[in-house]
Amino acid sequence: MASIEIANARKSYGAVDVLHGIDLDISDGEFIVLVGPSGCGKSTLLRMIAGLEDITSGDISIAGNVVNDLQPKDRDIAMVFQSYALYPHMSVAENMSYALTLRKTAKEKIADAITNVADILGLSALLERRPKALSGGQRQRVAMGRAIVRKPQAFLFDEPLSNLDARLREQMRTEIRKLHRRLGATSVYVTHDQIEAMTMADRIVAMHDGIIQQVGSPVEIYDHPANIFVASFIGSPAMNFLEGTYETKDDNGADGAGIRLSDGSLVAVLPARGATNNQAVTLGARPEHITIAPDANSGLAARIDLIEPMGLSTLVHATLAGKPIKIFTMDRPDYAVDSTIHVSFDMEKVHVFDTKSELRLPPVIEPHPGHRD
Amino acid sequence: MTLATQTGKLPVERRGVFSKKLSGILEPYLYVSPALVLIIAVMLMPLILGLSYAFRDIRILNPFSGGFVGMAHFQTLMSDQAFLGALANTAWWTFGSLVFQFGLGLILALLLNRAFLGRGLIQALVFLPWAVPTFLSGLNWAWMFNPVVGPLPHWMTSLGLMAEPYNILSDPDLAMWGPIIANIWFGIPFFAITMLAALQSIPKELYEAASIDGATTRQQFISITLPFLAPTIAITLMLRTIWIANFADLIVVMTKGGPADSTQIVASYIFTQAFRRLDFGYASAIAAVLLVLLLAYALSVIALRRAMTHSDN
Amino acid sequence: MTLTGHTSTRKMLYWGSHYLMIAAFVIFALFPLYWLLKVSVTPNDILYTEGVRMWPSRTTWDNYTFVLTQSNFPHYFMNSVIVAGTTAAVTTVIAALTGYAFSRFAFRGKVIIVALMLITQMFPLVMLIAPIFKILAPLGLTDSLTGLIIVYTAFNVPFATFLMQSFFDGIPKDLEEAAMIDGNTRFEAFRAIILPLTLPGVAATLGFVFTAAWSELLFALMLVSSESASTFPVGLLSFVSKFSVDFGQMMAAGVLALIPACLFFLLIQRYLVQGLTAGAVKG
Repeated sequence: MASIEIANARKSYGAVDVLHGIDLDISDGEFIVLVGPSGCGKSTLLRMIAGLEDITSGDISIAGNVVNDLQPKDRDIAMVFQSYALYPHMSVAENMSYALTLRKTAKEKIADAITNVADILGLSALLERRPKALSGGQRQRVAMGRAIVRKPQAFLFDEPLSNLDARLREQMRTEIRKLHRRLGATSVYVTHDQIEAMTMADRIVAMHDGIIQQVGSPVEIYDHPANIFVASFIGSPAMNFLEGTYETKDDNGADGAGIRLSDGSLVAVLPARGATNNQAVTLGARPEHITIAPDANSGLAARIDLIEPMGLSTLVHATLAGKPIKIFTMDRPDYAVDSTIHVSFDMEKVHVFDTKSELRLPPVIEPHPGHRD
Repeated sequence: MTLATQTGKLPVERRGVFSKKLSGILEPYLYVSPALVLIIAVMLMPLILGLSYAFRDIRILNPFSGGFVGMAHFQTLMSDQAFLGALANTAWWTFGSLVFQFGLGLILALLLNRAFLGRGLIQALVFLPWAVPTFLSGLNWAWMFNPVVGPLPHWMTSLGLMAEPYNILSDPDLAMWGPIIANIWFGIPFFAITMLAALQSIPKELYEAASIDGATTRQQFISITLPFLAPTIAITLMLRTIWIANFADLIVVMTKGGPADSTQIVASYIFTQAFRRLDFGYASAIAAVLLVLLLAYALSVIALRRAMTHSDN
Repeated sequence: MTLTGHTSTRKMLYWGSHYLMIAAFVIFALFPLYWLLKVSVTPNDILYTEGVRMWPSRTTWDNYTFVLTQSNFPHYFMNSVIVAGTTAAVTTVIAALTGYAFSRFAFRGKVIIVALMLITQMFPLVMLIAPIFKILAPLGLTDSLTGLIIVYTAFNVPFATFLMQSFFDGIPKDLEEAAMIDGNTRFEAFRAIILPLTLPGVAATLGFVFTAAWSELLFALMLVSSESASTFPVGLLSFVSKFSVDFGQMMAAGVLALIPACLFFLLIQRYLVQGLTAGAVKG
C-alpha cells in the first residue's frame, strides 16, 4: 500500500488544456473519490496516475517515487474499468491470474490467491466460465477480483458501477466499501454519481473544468461547499439557488443580515464574512432547509407547481420570487397545484454565495462550532 | 542514507525519462515502418521511375537504348491509331462493365438484405465468382464462347441471335462483349458485398418509423435506403471505374486485345508494349497518359460532388 | 377480409419473384463453374459430339490423372501455393502491425501515410510493370518466386491494412490498457490479448490476400520466364497458347486451380462482409 502525491500536474492535447495544475495528496490506505460532470478531467487524472496518459507537466509519485515516465506495468497499480475490460478469450480464473502469471509467480501461489479472492467475491463456482457467460454483476466482480489478486500499491476505479442497474449498484457500493475496510488499500475512484461519492469516499475531490474545486470529507463538502458548483453538484435533489442582494439592515431598520430577492421579499441569513451592503449574492438552500409554514402569517409566499411523492418523503416543487424551488418534507402534504403556500428558510443552514465569484461567503460566526469538521 | 539513495537513483531515472519519451514517440512508426518501406520501394519508387521512363528510350533488348528522348514518345502517341482506338475501347469497356456490375450488384444486395430460408448458403454461392482467379474466369468464359466446347453460341443460334454458332471473340464488332460479360460475372459480387454491408448498417428503426408514418415500400426505398446508400455508391463507383479501367487481365487472357485491336484497352496496350515488344519507354509514356486521365476523372468527380452538395445547401 | 386476401396474394407474388430472381443470380454465378467441371470429366472422344449436352453420357477422371501425373501442373501448383501462402502470411503480419497503429495511435504523419496508401489503391498497377522489372532484374529477383512474393506483398498491404484496421477498431481500447496495467508492454498486449481476438479478421485478411496472389497474372507473366518459377496462371495460359489444345485437360487443371481459392473464400466470406462494413476501399 502506498500514498500518492500529485504535484502541479497538467495535461493538454495540443492547444487544449484538460487539466490545469492539479495538486492532491492521497495518504496511504485512503479511499478518494474524484467526482464531477463528464469532461471535467477526472478520468484523465486517473489515467495519468495509471500511466495510460502522459503527463504534460508536473509530477505524480506513488510511494514516494516519481512515476511520470514509468510504463503502466511498472507502477504496480490495479485498475477496474467501466467496461470491466475482461479478456473475452480467457476464463474467469485466467483473467484473474493473468497479471500474476506475467510476474512469474509460482503456480501454487497463484492458485491460492485465486481461491482466496474468488471466495471473498463469491466467484468460486464461476472460475472456469468465460466472461461472455457471466451477468453484468458477475463481470464486475471478476474485474474487482482481477485487481485484488495482485495486492497492488493502489486501486484505481474508473466509473466501475455505471453499467449496473440501480439495485446492483447500491449493493456493490457497500461491498466495495467493505472490501476496502478489509484490505486497507489506497483507492482512487472516479464517478459522476454524487451519491457514490457521498457514500463511499473518505475524502471527495470535486472537479470541474480541469480544476479541483474542493477536497473534503463527504459531510464537509455537503455542509460547507466551497462554491456554487460544488453546492449544486453534490446533493440530490439539488440545492435551490435564488439570486438577490445582500442587506445589512432588516425591514425595520435593525442591524442584521438578509438577502433581498427579486420580488422584494427579504430572507434572513447569518452575517456573511466579507459581504457588503447591496452586494449581488446568491442564496443557496438545500430542499430540506426550507420548511412550509403552517399558516399565512409567517414566511414567503410560493406557488405550488407539482407534488412528487417519494415514499419515505415528499418533494414539493414550487415557484418563489419567479424561480422554481424544491422543498423536502417528511409530511404528506396535499396541496392543490397553483395554490399558495408560505415557506421559511433555516437561517443557520442556508448559504450565501458571491454571485460574481461564485464562492461561498461563510458566516462570520459559525452557528454550531462543535460541529465543524 | 536518504541522500545516498537519492543521488544513486537520479541517473537511472534520467535514462528512464529519455528512453520512455523516445520509445513513446517512435512506437507507432515501428509498427508502420515495414508497410511504409515496402510501399515506397515497390510502388512509389517504380512510379517515379516509370514517369521518368516516359521521357527516355528504354528497350530491354537494345543495349544502345537508355537515352533521353524528351516528348518524342508523346508525339508518337498522338498519331498512334492503336492508342487512340484503345482510349475509346477503354471507355466502352469500363462503362459497359460498370453499369451492369453496379445495377445487378445492387439488385442482388437488396434481395440478400431480406431474411429468407437458406440465405447464408445462397450468399456464399452467388459471391463465389469473386473468388475465382481472374485468369481462370477469363479462360472459362473464353471456353464458354467457343462453339467447340461452349454452350453459348449454340444457345444464341437457337434464340435466333446468330445464324450459325461461331465465336464472338473472333468477331471485331462483338468481341468486346466477351470480356465485358466475364467482367460483369466477376464483378457483381463486389458491388453486392459492398452494398449489402451498407444496407445492413441502416438502422432498422428508420424503416419502422417510416412505416408507422405510412410510407409504402417504394417510398421507404426512395426516402431512406437510397440516401443512406448514396455515399457508398458514389465512392464505390468512382474507385471501381478507375479499377476497371486499369484491369487488363480478362482482356489479355480472352482476346489479347484482338481481333485487329478491337478489344485493346489502354491498360492491355501498356502490357503488350512492355511484355511483347519490351519497349518500356513507350509503355511508360502510355501509362503516364492513363494516370493523368484517371486523375483528371477522379478530381472532376470529386469537384462535381462538392458542387452538388454545396448547391444543396 | 378482402384486404388480407389481397395482401397475402401480393406477398406471395413478391416472394415468388424474389426467389425467381435469386435463382437467376445463382444460375448465372454457378453455371460457368458447372460447365468447367462438366467438360473436365467428359471423355475426349465425345467432347465435340456432345458439346451442348448438360451432362455427358459417360464420365472419366482421365483428364485429372493426366494433369496430375504427366504435366508440369503439380509443379506450377506448388509454386502458386508457395507464392500465395507466403504472400498471405507476410502481408497479414505487416498489415496487422500497420492496421493496429492506424487504429490505436495518433502520430505525426499518420494522415499522410493513410493518404499515401489510399492513393496506391487508385493508380494503374500496369504502369509499374516496366520499372519494377528494371529494379528487380539487377537484384536477381526476376524469374524468382521471392521477387513475386515481394511485389505481391507490397500490392496487397494497403487494402489488407484497412481491413485489419476495421477489425481492430471493433475491439475496445480498454482491453490492452487492462493488459498494460496487468504487466504487459503495449506490444505484448497487442500480441497476447488483441491479436487472438482479431482471429476472424486475420482469417479474412489471409484469405483475401491468398486469393489475390493466387490469381495474379500480369506481373507473373512479366517477371517470370522459366518453367521452374512459373505460377499456375502463367502455366495454364502458356498451355492454352500451345497448339493442339486439349480442352478436357485444361479444364481439369482449371478446376484444380479453383479449389484453394474457393475453399478459402467459403471460409472467410462471412467475415469479409463484416470487415468491409467499416473499410470498403477496393476489391
